[in-house]
Amino acid sequence: MNTELLGIIATFLITLAIAVPLGKYLAKVFAGEKVWTDFLKPLENGIYKLSGINTKEQMNWKQHLKALLTINLLWLVYGFFVLIFQDKLPFNPDGNPGMTPDLAFNTIISFVANCNLQHYSGESGVSYLTQQFVLMFLQFVSAATGIAAAVVLFKAFRDKTTTALGNFWEFFVRSITRLLLPLSIVVALILTFNGTPASYEGKDQFISMQGDTVNVSRGPAAQLIAIKHLGTNGGGYFGANSAHPFENPSYFTNVVELVAQVIIPMAMVIAFGYFIRRRKLGWTIFGVMTIGLFLLLIPMLSSELGGNPALAKMGIAQTTGAMEGKEVRFGPAASAYWSTVTTIISTGSVNSMHDSTMPMSGTWQLLGMMINAFYGGCGVGLLNYFIYLIIAVFISGLMVGRTPEFLGHKVEAREIKIAAIITLLSPFLILVGTAISSYIFTNYGDAAWAVQPKAWLNNPGFHGFSEMLYEMTSSNANNGSGFEGLGDNNIFWNLSTGILIFLGRFLPIIGPIAIAGLLASKKFIPESAGTLKTDTKTFALMTFAVILVLNALSYFPALALGPLAEYFTMLK
Amino acid sequence: MKKYIIQSIRLTLVLIVLLCILYPLSIALAGKFSKGNGDGEKITKNGKVVGYALLGQSFTSPEYFWGRPSAVGYNAAGSAGSNKGPSNEDYLKSVSDRIDTLLKYNPTIKKADIPADMVTASGSGLDPNISEQGAIIQIKRIAAIRKIDERKITELVVKHTDGPFLGLFGPSSINVLKLNIALDELK
Repeated sequence: MNTELLGIIATFLITLAIAVPLGKYLAKVFAGEKVWTDFLKPLENGIYKLSGINTKEQMNWKQHLKALLTINLLWLVYGFFVLIFQDKLPFNPDGNPGMTPDLAFNTIISFVANCNLQHYSGESGVSYLTQQFVLMFLQFVSAATGIAAAVVLFKAFRDKTTTALGNFWEFFVRSITRLLLPLSIVVALILTFNGTPASYEGKDQFISMQGDTVNVSRGPAAQLIAIKHLGTNGGGYFGANSAHPFENPSYFTNVVELVAQVIIPMAMVIAFGYFIRRRKLGWTIFGVMTIGLFLLLIPMLSSELGGNPALAKMGIAQTTGAMEGKEVRFGPAASAYWSTVTTIISTGSVNSMHDSTMPMSGTWQLLGMMINAFYGGCGVGLLNYFIYLIIAVFISGLMVGRTPEFLGHKVEAREIKIAAIITLLSPFLILVGTAISSYIFTNYGDAAWAVQPKAWLNNPGFHGFSEMLYEMTSSNANNGSGFEGLGDNNIFWNLSTGILIFLGRFLPIIGPIAIAGLLASKKFIPESAGTLKTDTKTFALMTFAVILVLNALSYFPALALGPLAEYFTMLK
Repeated sequence: MKKYIIQSIRLTLVLIVLLCILYPLSIALAGKFSKGNGDGEKITKNGKVVGYALLGQSFTSPEYFWGRPSAVGYNAAGSAGSNKGPSNEDYLKSVSDRIDTLLKYNPTIKKADIPADMVTASGSGLDPNISEQGAIIQIKRIAAIRKIDERKITELVVKHTDGPFLGLFGPSSINVLKLNIALDELK
């Protein structure tokens, strides 16, 4: 077996080995059971006291959403103004300018929503103050928001009938103190001691061996890179994200960053099973997600390791695989593995440029984001999966001719309506968005925007269409990666993707929490012989079929116009 | 509602102190004890800084080992890849030109000897590495120009090849900057 494949197998196994115990630990943390990190309680109590929070106060699902939306709105306002005025604020050693309002609008929504789509470049677009006090701050709290929202769902299914779903602030603060912050410290230290800058020194300059003058961007990067992965945020410190040698210095750090971005989404699924005392259900969901991962990973590996057929025709050696947009120290296998996990779990950081990957890889990257529920982002992955589950319960119910039930609660018209709206929302936003952008590209090429529509695309033909489709998909999925050739820093892309990110974040949080809250308040029906069991292989298969059919029906035409068309033209 | 607003503001302020001041400062402090003091590890030659260990730099003159093509000319203040799609005609033309350039400067090699990394741009534009094969195809050229025995340079390449991580995981690679510094010391 070659060392590149061995490397990704080891990475996956390490991820599993950490995620499983972490999941059990999280279940205990959120249930308030004894854990070894209880020594942090005084810190948490201090935070509650300074913030005027009483964690004994139980909230219902509506109050949870109110608290969640209020604090998120506050961050939007706070961050927007810092981004606009960053040139007038301190800690800007490189003298970078303030953002235009449309870029600030896009950037702040993007970071509040855990998306981290970046229409600026880290080296020249933000100050150290913004990197730390806005972007990195939001990477912590947006991840914690997602986790806390998922814990509300946990709560709803732990007890038989209840409206008291715990305290939002407690879930939120604990996500930071017991999970994100300690793990970030560990990862940031590993990165720092492997070469990632962590100090506040500004740009450096040196004369290279050939006599060129080279400017070097630096800064407190390790701190941000740690949470960017653990929180499935993905917004990089430098423009090239984790392909940058400072951001990801070696194969070892690559493994660390890969493990870091997957452990929490994985652990949340396991935590769900343990928390609601239905471990089998947790493992069943985990199984479906893992199969999903491999179904996307294996074809992606094969298309990247196979190399670019157009280069093969030129007669050069592609012994390891396609190398455009990739780094030698990672190689194509670890890059393909990264592309898969970063698209299915909505991190959106990259260690290779997706725009330059093979057409079939582009298809799988897009599909991973469209499904957006194989592990998924911190907390929200499980919420997305929950919507598929409810749809699967409903369809199975219809098939066997009974009222659908989920964990002892009748699923009725109201819940199904919410689930249907959330399911249809993604294709609606992605496809309408791509259609509008294509229309503007073809008909208004000369519009006087920062980047003229005719200059948007970095590649002609089908691939150019894929660039627009990818941008919209990534925004709606809150992923944040891009086919980065797209000229996206102009009013159209800043506003359109900003709106998509906002809707694609908050509606899929509100929907599942509403459904869970409504279900939890209903009368509990004990399990009987006629109950549809949701933790069986048959039901797992059913959920998988629902995921596949929904996404295939929604997106196949768009995929056919983009990456699939490119694939078939390259076969010629 | 008003209660949530006030709680949100207070909680945000407390968390800013914890997450944006205490956390990053303590990591920066720990970084002082790392190689390069957390500022990035520099490489010196004859007491002069000639680059960063992790950052690739442009080598175009024939007496040095060349690195990979870069979409940004190895600009360490503006990293980026080419973002060219695999079927883009302009892109394929530029790859074909790079192949021709390599063949011109290394007349002894065949097309099939050229590894993909030597004719494709890296993701960051700052890739410090090339593959072992990427160095091997340049040995003859450098030996001829520097009038040094080929075997000596081959030895140097082998010595500077970093194997897979722990000998098991990932690809091998060569740091071009370090290799070229060693090359200059070879007499």
